[in-house]
Amino acid sequence: MKEIVLKTKNISKYFYDPVQFQVLNDISFNVYKGEFLTLVGKSGSGKSTLLYCLSTMDTDYTGELDILGDKITGQKPNELADIRNKSIGFIFQFHYLLPEFSSLKNVMLPALKLGKYSPKEIEERAYHKLEILGVEDQALKPANKLSGGQQQRVSIARSLINDPDIIMCDEPTGNLDSRNTQIVFEIFQKITHDFGQTIIAVTHDLDFANKSDRTIELADGKIVATHLN
Amino acid sequence: MQKANLEIAITHIVTRKKQTLVAALGVTIGLSIYLFMNSLTNGFDKFQNAETFKSTAHIKIYKDDEQTKPLSKYENSRALIINSQIVNNSKKIINPLQLISIIKKEPYITDVIMQVDFSAFYNKGTAQVKGTGNGVNIAEYNSMFNTQKYMKAGSISDLQNNMNGIILGSGIAEKLGVRVGDNISVSSSFGVGKNLKIVGIFELGSSMVDNAKSFVNISTAQQFLKESSSYVNTIYANTVDYNNSTEYMNRLQQLTNYTVEDWKTTNADIMAISSTRNIMFGAISFAILVVAAFGIYNILSSTITQKINDIAILKATGYRGSDVIQIFITEALIMGLIGAAAGLLLGSLLIFIMQNVYVGGPVGYFPISFEKSLMMESFLIGIFVTLFAGYFPAKKAADVDPVSIFRK
Ligand SMILES: Nc1ncnc2c1ncn2[C@@H]1O[C@H](COP(=O)(O)OP(=O)(O)O)[C@@H](O)[C@H]1O
Ligand SMILES: [Mg+2]
Repeated sequence: MKEIVLKTKNISKYFYDPVQFQVLNDISFNVYKGEFLTLVGKSGSGKSTLLYCLSTMDTDYTGELDILGDKITGQKPNELADIRNKSIGFIFQFHYLLPEFSSLKNVMLPALKLGKYSPKEIEERAYHKLEILGVEDQALKPANKLSGGQQQRVSIARSLINDPDIIMCDEPTGNLDSRNTQIVFEIFQKITHDFGQTIIAVTHDLDFANKSDRTIELADGKIVATHLN
Repeated sequence: MQKANLEIAITHIVTRKKQTLVAALGVTIGLSIYLFMNSLTNGFDKFQNAETFKSTAHIKIYKDDEQTKPLSKYENSRALIINSQIVNNSKKIINPLQLISIIKKEPYITDVIMQVDFSAFYNKGTAQVKGTGNGVNIAEYNSMFNTQKYMKAGSISDLQNNMNGIILGSGIAEKLGVRVGDNISVSSSFGVGKNLKIVGIFELGSSMVDNAKSFVNISTAQQFLKESSSYVNTIYANTVDYNNSTEYMNRLQQLTNYTVEDWKTTNADIMAISSTRNIMFGAISFAILVVAAFGIYNILSSTITQKINDIAILKATGYRGSDVIQIFITEALIMGLIGAAAGLLLGSLLIFIMQNVYVGGPVGYFPISFEKSLMMESFLIGIFVTLFAGYFPAKKAADVDPVSIFRK
């Protein structure tokens, strides 16, 4: 029996502005430890919206979300912040590094918040993550001096710094060329298969999705298909 | 505080040096003006009080005029004939020594003296000046008012036990054209006349006093009033804190039927002017601090608008709302501390410059005072205003919804 790390039960969500419409419709699925899961679907099908609900940042939905066996739905903002800090890593399409901080500092920030290790240990760990991503030579450069591919790799390193159980990505390769896309894919495989962490990635790159462990397809806010690849 | 929050705040400050300095400069100007203006009012008040206490005690006890009362037994009944007049009673305080010993037992009293005042006419040849004679024990009087300091000529000790001596205000001496050692004739409204020898001339710097006041011994004054040696009409007392005089006045009033009046009541007009001035200066300096606060508010708001992505990322990666507030409050505090420190320096410099401006006359150097407690107060108010101004943008930042930022 595979261990469930994330579970949704009948998640639905509406937008009311400009007109009422249902963006998510009765979404239920499980995600397992060590799994590399992709969410696909046409633009506007609700992939990002679903990911934000899973990420605990959007709490305005009905249904239930469980992460690592705990009910997340209904928890307070501070508790959700702590769960994100400890158990969830994020990778976005548009990199989202803090531009004035060095790559190393960017990677360190979530760990400094968590406070599990001393700042010195955190620095060593952050450097190690940058090494895994092959950008350790960029460690001391300000983030805004890096190329797009380098920035994305730094932000992957940041998502890994607290050894989260789940890593969530919204179009992680959307802005990258094929070479960098291939690098990111290989890293994701390593994370899931070697380190046993779970990845949930939204993508519209079907090649990329086909190479993941499982793909869930959304259309108009509904799950329309699930493929084991 | 989380070290990471401090680091983020400092990085924002360092990478936005210009904005930081503009915000700090606002605080600097606001705080230095606040300090300067309040030092001015303090200096004025101190100067004025010092002037006042050259010839006024904190508390004065005397017998007030009594009005005739209607002969009606009933409080609310209509009075028949009232031609209310001052009862021509003596101003005598009965058994003054007993009253003084009662007053002296009060813990807040530092000094008590008694005095015999009379209306005096100073004559030399055909020239005449009208004024007030004060019968005092000059040694006691000196310990209360430090009169020796204001002697232009002669010495107060020459009046001690000299029943035929007088110390004149400088204005009187000038008008009569007399000097120490000369004799003048002094008469009272009771028709008593005496030839007195001038043993000293004082100048307080207030023409009201210098043109009218003279000192003689108590028994001399009693003779001018045709009164016995037990006659006293005024008792003066000093207290530990003249700012509290009103409270002491009320407590002393419980002990005696005579009228107890504190210096604030006696000088109500001056007090009104000074409190108007204090309110005006206070309002102006506070308004300037508020403008400085707006500077902080503006710059922090613009930082937050520019850093909204950073805030969203921090929140996404687990920073709490309270962390975000801490970050931006810290930034406000750093701006405030830099600004306030510079403001104290600038304010002190302004005060120092004014202290060396010579005004002349009885004022001497410009009366502006340099007080540690006011420096502390200005600093704290400056920091408080900064924190207050910083809180609102910080709260706004804490409430940023990261999803709405990531969707853009
Ligand atoms: N804040 C919002 N208010 C109203 N409608 C929204 C909002 N955010 C997204 N939508 C709409 O919800 C639908 C799903 O959006 P999204 O989840 O971003 O789709 P996807 O990521 O699959 O392209 C789209 O039609 C989009 O226009
Ligand atoms: Mg999307």
